[in-house]
Amino acid sequence: MEFGLSEEQRLLQASLSGYLNEHASLDRVRRFADNTTDKANKTEARARDIEQGLAELGVPALMIDEAHGGVGLGTLDACVVAEALGYSVTPAPFVANAVIAPLALRLAGSEAQRREWLPKLASGELVIGAALAESAGARVGAGVTASRGKLTGKSLFVLDFEADVYLVGDVAGGLTLVSKDASGLTRRRLETVDRTRPIGELVFDKTNAEPLPGASRTIVRTLLDHGRVMLAADTLGAAQAMLDKAVAYAKEREQFGRAIASFQAVKHMCAEMAAQLEPTRAFAWYAAHALDETSQDAHLTACHLKAHVSEVGGFVAKTATEVHGGMGFTDLLGLHYWFKRIGFNRQMLGSPERLREEAARQFQ
Amino acid sequence: MDLSFGPEYERFRAEVRDFIESHRHLAPNTMALRHKSVLDWQRLLIDKGYAARTIPREYGGAGLPTDILKSFIIGEEFAAARVRAGIGGQGIHMLVPTLLELGSEEQKRQFIPPTLAGEMIWCQGYSEPGAGSDLASLRTSAVLDGDEWVVNGQKIWTSTAHLADWIFCLVRTEPEAPKHRGISFMLFDMKTPGIEVRPLVDMTMERNFNEVFFTDVRVPKAQIVGARGEGWMVANTILKNERDTLADPNQAQARLNSLVELMRSETIDGVRVIDKPEFRDRLMRLQGRALANRFNDLRNLSNRLGGRADGALAQMIVKLQGTELRHDIEGLAIDVMGETGLAYGSNPYLRDKGSWQYQYMYYLGLIIGGGTSQIQKNIISERGLGMPREPRPHPA
Repeated sequence: MEFGLSEEQRLLQASLSGYLNEHASLDRVRRFADNTTDKANKTEARARDIEQGLAELGVPALMIDEAHGGVGLGTLDACVVAEALGYSVTPAPFVANAVIAPLALRLAGSEAQRREWLPKLASGELVIGAALAESAGARVGAGVTASRGKLTGKSLFVLDFEADVYLVGDVAGGLTLVSKDASGLTRRRLETVDRTRPIGELVFDKTNAEPLPGASRTIVRTLLDHGRVMLAADTLGAAQAMLDKAVAYAKEREQFGRAIASFQAVKHMCAEMAAQLEPTRAFAWYAAHALDETSQDAHLTACHLKAHVSEVGGFVAKTATEVHGGMGFTDLLGLHYWFKRIGFNRQMLGSPERLREEAARQFQ
Repeated sequence: MDLSFGPEYERFRAEVRDFIESHRHLAPNTMALRHKSVLDWQRLLIDKGYAARTIPREYGGAGLPTDILKSFIIGEEFAAARVRAGIGGQGIHMLVPTLLELGSEEQKRQFIPPTLAGEMIWCQGYSEPGAGSDLASLRTSAVLDGDEWVVNGQKIWTSTAHLADWIFCLVRTEPEAPKHRGISFMLFDMKTPGIEVRPLVDMTMERNFNEVFFTDVRVPKAQIVGARGEGWMVANTILKNERDTLADPNQAQARLNSLVELMRSETIDGVRVIDKPEFRDRLMRLQGRALANRFNDLRNLSNRLGGRADGALAQMIVKLQGTELRHDIEGLAIDVMGETGLAYGSNPYLRDKGSWQYQYMYYLGLIIGGGTSQIQKNIISERGLGMPREPRPHPA
């Protein structure tokens, strides 16, 4: 019995955090964010330097088996990575590109497709985005239908939008791959509050697509659950960063002749954040592990984890900002990047209410 | 991550489960102290090694080696079966571990066996009217007179004092010493002349607490645990244990299961409450929190097994999160029942023996007792997050 991270997972966490501290600083994140909103400028919203650094650390190869050029690790390892990426509000593709896409190819792709796509994903040569928002609940009439190898309709809020290829979920539970240059595909970047992660819509008009032959609704659900655990881990990391920043700021900031960290009102805000946040770490480990083991409770746990962490994350985001006083509200301090990242994760692939509703189906 | 307990432990789990199934008819359906069925059940559990597991045989325990996993499995299985896992109370949870660690050989032999057997009931004399969260400012005094201490003062919140045979008590023996250094940990018979016990009825309308008054109570000199003046250290050896026993995630899980049953059987206008989205959402929020606490508990267990130190914060938050969760679980059950949720005492519409209303109030008591939630937050922020203590006010 060993409930916790292995030595290798701790090392992975440490080396990744070390890299991100140095190369994905707030300044770097800001430069990225300013690029994504520059409407006149059509520059791509990619931090290629960070992507390359992460590729060298093996991040996109993480969940790909060694036979296809990957590292062959699992969901728990990916969860550790997601937490570190969230801690630094890292502007790099991950959830779709490094987790959902490789898994979709593993579970639903043909061997020929795996041979074609996985090595390129692993090396970082290629990015795959995921158009799965409608599989978790369609908004504003979006949805994609597949007919004779062609897609029609629209998918909103595509994860890892700045991609070369898209994994698209259709209304029948099918999965297809579509090249960004496919004829009949229109792409549009959509601005959101979270400028660390580019999002966009895909509009299909009889667009050529390559089906994954083994796709099913069950597999799509598994992909969504993996995405949910990753988004939850990202929130955990981002919320931990906000708590750390709040504690550090409170120790430095003086009012009434002493550090505000010595006021109980402030201490109790921080203690409450820690008390709610700390147990979500073990929760996230378990949810990821349950997916690795395809345990019976994996789906239930993934839904609960994301719902619970989103609530805790929301509380921490608000409270940590308050501890920073007026400075917390400014762009100068940049705390809002974490606040917004947590807000982004909360809505994507199922909001808390939606996920609790799904979890409650255990009683039917 | 390896969540398998391995074949040895799975065998042990099956053994515990079999035992509970084949013996559950013997489990007492009363909490009454010294009741024959309670004492017999305790004896049986000790014989099987399911209670007093690691306490040496010469002191009346099962004398088995420490095995954190087996103890964990026992707790899990009894909670899941909703069968009482032996006698609790402050004598067994607090005094026995203290004596094992710091008591004299004579004290161990005299007090541990009857306490474990459920024949000697203890109460704890810590809090005073002027010493609650700031316990170390307690003022009950003990002055040496020949071979005896003479104790004067008052204790409060003393659970079971009216039923107890003995008390373990913090008293000030060195009035000149700094406040943490002047306290001794003393044991004495509740029948000693000069002790008056007055009931303190709490909001559940039960007599859980008492006020205890000492007037010239004479206690033999040797009835101190640890050295004179070191009572604060003696008490703190085990205070942490108390906090965690107040927030067992296995009990929360069992209670949540009962809540689901209640929501399946209760109806509003003929519709089961469990089918009502607003109630389901509240239930799911609680299930999410319960899962977080449960996995946090497994992490703590694993840290204890591996002797790891990276989980200090994960351990510190247990009492705060666990008692607040229980209070909220009990509170949802009352809302599920609506007007019938108000039923109490002799009301014929009482559900589950009135346990939901009772526990709802009882857990508010536990949020306050054993270190209030506010004191827990001081501990978390100071020891867990490294934030400074509130400066002491300047003397006027």
